[in-house]
Amino acid sequence: MPRDAAVLDGAGSAALPRRRNYARRYAWFVVPAAVVVIAVIVFPWAFTLYVSAFDWRLGGERRWVGLGNYETLFTDARFGWAVVRTLAYTALAVVAPMLLGLAAALCFHRRFPLRGLARTVFILPMMATPVAVALVWTMMFHPQLGVLNWLLTQVGLPPSLWVYSADTVIPTLVLVEVWHWTPLVMLLILGGLASLPIDPYEAAKIDGASPWQAFRHITLPLLAPFIVVALIIRTIDALKAFDTIYVITQGGPGQASETINIFLYLQAFAFYNVGYASAVVVVFFAIIMLLAALLLWTRQRVRVT
Amino acid sequence: MVDMTRREALRAGAAALAAPALVERANAQGGFDWRRFRGERIEATVQLSPRGQFLQKNNAEFEELTGIKVGLEVVPEQQHRQKIIVEYASGRPSFDVTEISLHVNKRQVGKARWNTDIKALIADSSLTAPDFDFADYGEGMVSYATQADGRLDSCPAGADYFILYYNKELFATRNVGIPKTWDEMAEAAKRLADPSKQIHGHVGRGVKNANVVLWSSYLLGTAQRDMIDANRQLITDTPDAIWAGETYRRFIRDLSPPGSIGFNWNECQTTFMQGRAAMWVDGIGFAAPLEDKARSRIAGKVGYAVVPRGPGPNHHCALFGAGYAIPEASRKKGPAWFYIQWALGRANQLKWLTSGAGVPARSSPFRNEEAISQSHFPREFFQTLEASAKIARAGLPEIVPVTQFRDVIGSALTNTLGGADVATELKRATAEFRPVLEQSERES
Repeated sequence: MPRDAAVLDGAGSAALPRRRNYARRYAWFVVPAAVVVIAVIVFPWAFTLYVSAFDWRLGGERRWVGLGNYETLFTDARFGWAVVRTLAYTALAVVAPMLLGLAAALCFHRRFPLRGLARTVFILPMMATPVAVALVWTMMFHPQLGVLNWLLTQVGLPPSLWVYSADTVIPTLVLVEVWHWTPLVMLLILGGLASLPIDPYEAAKIDGASPWQAFRHITLPLLAPFIVVALIIRTIDALKAFDTIYVITQGGPGQASETINIFLYLQAFAFYNVGYASAVVVVFFAIIMLLAALLLWTRQRVRVT
Repeated sequence: MVDMTRREALRAGAAALAAPALVERANAQGGFDWRRFRGERIEATVQLSPRGQFLQKNNAEFEELTGIKVGLEVVPEQQHRQKIIVEYASGRPSFDVTEISLHVNKRQVGKARWNTDIKALIADSSLTAPDFDFADYGEGMVSYATQADGRLDSCPAGADYFILYYNKELFATRNVGIPKTWDEMAEAAKRLADPSKQIHGHVGRGVKNANVVLWSSYLLGTAQRDMIDANRQLITDTPDAIWAGETYRRFIRDLSPPGSIGFNWNECQTTFMQGRAAMWVDGIGFAAPLEDKARSRIAGKVGYAVVPRGPGPNHHCALFGAGYAIPEASRKKGPAWFYIQWALGRANQLKWLTSGAGVPARSSPFRNEEAISQSHFPREFFQTLEASAKIARAGLPEIVPVTQFRDVIGSALTNTLGGADVATELKRATAEFRPVLEQSERES
């Protein structure tokens, strides 16, 4: 009988008692972590799912509605628009920092005088507190008294309404996001650039490859895993964006910048409609999981390639 | 030798300096035992405002007077409202005293019976100082704070009336009189505007939710004047409501600065303080920064007037207010009541008025000519206040889902600024909110 088969059918079990004893003894060490996970992840989730089955406003009666909140949610045009705005905001707030972050990383990877200082200055926005950043931008966006319109008029351009118009509010909020988070993308990609081997570039130079060809066929493929990591982080961050939007517009003008997070916040903490808000949480979580799975699958493919 | 830190030395010094005043006050109470609960500790939570900051600054005075320690928390208005509701709903609020926005949370806390009825405390002479004098509170404010079932579950603290702020200098330059009707005000706004200097005739709230109180200010001047009828049915799509909506659109879209659609009171205040708008209708509680020379370009040039009349027979200004309450779940109701008596006592309410921190709920401060004459606010401010108090009427309906009401109606009003038809928007918003109100009323 082969040795493996003997282990499987129990013939070799005498050789493993010490290991099994250790496993049983060590099992207790898992308990603290399990308690923490149950308390801070499993229980809140189970409770949110439970609450989502009720029509419940704080201070009012609780009424079991089963999947009623979900039915309402999928027919709620306001929620539908919030999903559309969230996706549009996310797309813009991911693509722009990715492109600018890549360009900045390539720039800062080169050697030039005062490079260290320039890198430090570039990553400063990332260090700032989002709420403080949002408050400063709010003042700068003021259509009559803000510095941005003053700058525009100084160079002969017409003033803009920035976040004070339904037409420009989403791109303007994305502008804040880009200013704030492009440095993070730059840092991630810069780390990747620093780890690239020199050999392929030397071989390409000998073969007469142009700088663009070297970038297109060597740098980009080798950087792809780093770019995908940055993409995943940015996407999740952009989907979760709340503080900046809340401080600057609170979802306005009207509902023009009301993303899922703002919609959820209003339902839970302005209307105290906790049952409905819990259903929004569950659906939003499903959307994030779906996008995260898609990005992880992409990352896996990039790694395989 | 006893080691004493610098902080302890300062505290002891302050106590020694304050002692004569405290003894004098204690004697004035004729035997009332302010120190009955000494050694206790209570938690209080109030909104971030000049009133909240005033209490924070003077907290030591209460602690010296009573020997009760107070953990005072000052939280921005919106977050404060959310925090207290979530804590009440938990059944174990962390505070013993809280501020309640009557125009937002009154019915909600009343329905859930989360707060103590303070009538019993007022009636208990061992718990209420003789000079507290509840009769000093204006009848209107007591009625505003009283629940539909007759319970007085918060002590009236202050009121906020919508008034007309105007730039006296601009009015004088263009020789424009103070408008008495909304139509006159619109005409005045046209005459006062100077696009070459980026000066606009008017500025007002455009952002949803916050804008509803401006719309209701116009509605209060119509024959209808209310937002729900006697049967507690929504009446926000009637001809009067639509007129108010059209007036709102006229003022914000046609007579206010570009971008007003996103303006809340703070953007309006900044614009007005910088001399970029000739008129602004908003709460009287925003007056203090306008008269602050360090922050305002129009300090000393601000005019105050009651809001203009509408086309109807009624003339009201929108009223909002706050009260201080003790949760039913609090185990320290006695010390908490002492804190409220001190915070809303005659002396402090007078200081609120004269410093421009807010409009007190008591009537005695308005009769104190000496203190008023020493205030840095012009007499016109106090006259406007007094006149507004006489015509004040609730600026929001007294319903539980009032925030959702503001959101739905406010969104409709904002849409009209983008060009949507007023009647269509108000009818749609009314239809959207009606089931929410009906469900809320069924549960009440």
